[in-house]
Amino acid sequence: NMPPGIPPRCFCELMVHFQPFMILGADTRATDDMVVADKNCRKIHHIAPRIYCCGAGVAADAEIATQMMASNVELHTLNTGRPPLVAMVTRQLKQMLFRYQGHMGSSVIVGGVDVTGAHLYSVYPHGSYDKLPFLTMGSGAAAAVSVFEDRFKANMELDEAKRLVRDAITAGIFCDLGSGSNVDLCVITAAGAEYLRGYDRPAGKGKREGQYRYKPGTTPVLTKTQTPLSLDVVYETVQMMDTE
Amino acid sequence: MNTRGLRSQLKDSVPVAGLCPQGSYGIQDSLRSGFTSVKNELLPSHPLELSEKNFVLNQDKMNFSTLRNIQGLHAPLKLQMEYRAARQIQRLPFLQSSNLALDTLRGSDDTIGFEDILSDPAQSETMGEPHMMVEYKLGLL
Repeated sequence: NMPPGIPPRCFCELMVHFQPFMILGADTRATDDMVVADKNCRKIHHIAPRIYCCGAGVAADAEIATQMMASNVELHTLNTGRPPLVAMVTRQLKQMLFRYQGHMGSSVIVGGVDVTGAHLYSVYPHGSYDKLPFLTMGSGAAAAVSVFEDRFKANMELDEAKRLVRDAITAGIFCDLGSGSNVDLCVITAAGAEYLRGYDRPAGKGKREGQYRYKPGTTPVLTKTQTPLSLDVVYETVQMMDTE
Repeated sequence: MNTRGLRSQLKDSVPVAGLCPQGSYGIQDSLRSGFTSVKNELLPSHPLELSEKNFVLNQDKMNFSTLRNIQGLHAPLKLQMEYRAARQIQRLPFLQSSNLALDTLRGSDDTIGFEDILSDPAQSETMGEPHMMVEYKLGLL
């Protein structure tokens, strides 16, 4: 990296020292109308080593759409011998969604770093797409985009950008009923992708302030009968609940 | 969506339910073909049914007409002849063909779609009776 104070001599020199990165963020709540169906689901899906996408809308449609994209991108990579472009993923996705005329209800944000730099696209269920420096989608989109509109600047540092995305998702978690639980981040750079699951847990369970148990003897006992039952433990199994 | 265009793809001759049932002995085979309903045979049951049924056909038509406009009449003619030749190579009647030659010609051998994942003919639960099907095909039956 060049020390500050020495101006770059030409455009190509600036490109060499500019490290493109892409940050995708998502909450972890899956709802079924007004019921939380999954409080810790994964919304950031892998498509290629340096291309990830976040799926909003109908969960099954988003899941299957991203899996198809991942398979097709892998076949394409094997066919051409080159790493995939984010524009390629967007094109295949929008052609598939347009073919199904919006019946496949998945709105997807595709982001990644390829040989041409970092790109971010959003694809809507009917097949339209946008290419912008920052994008939000889903029920909490309005809350999150307000944070971006306020604090986004071009050429931010990586840590500042991570904080900004975290704050935007947190705004969605607190201001929208359809979003909740934890913040997942995915940081993609030219070197690779880092999936930070549970990067922040703003909506944790509260701590009980006092003791709510009654002392034994609070209720007076009038009569007492004891009937011993002789039971033997025949079979014992332990099943772990998936709380992670 | 151009629904008028799709309606033109509906069949001209409408099979009226009850007149020509699909089962043997001339009665409707409810177990295999379901209940009869005139509406089901006239109208599509999903907005995308007709569009999806004819998707490959429409895509081919579009590509061939573009090719004809760019390269002349012979290019699509030659391609269609190759498609027809590749489609003729099939296995015995009760076995599903992989259509590899046709896929390679179309370029769909390096893409994955829903038709590759769902309803894979290699994993279908029913199978025709091999001897009878071969005899029927050879005209011995």
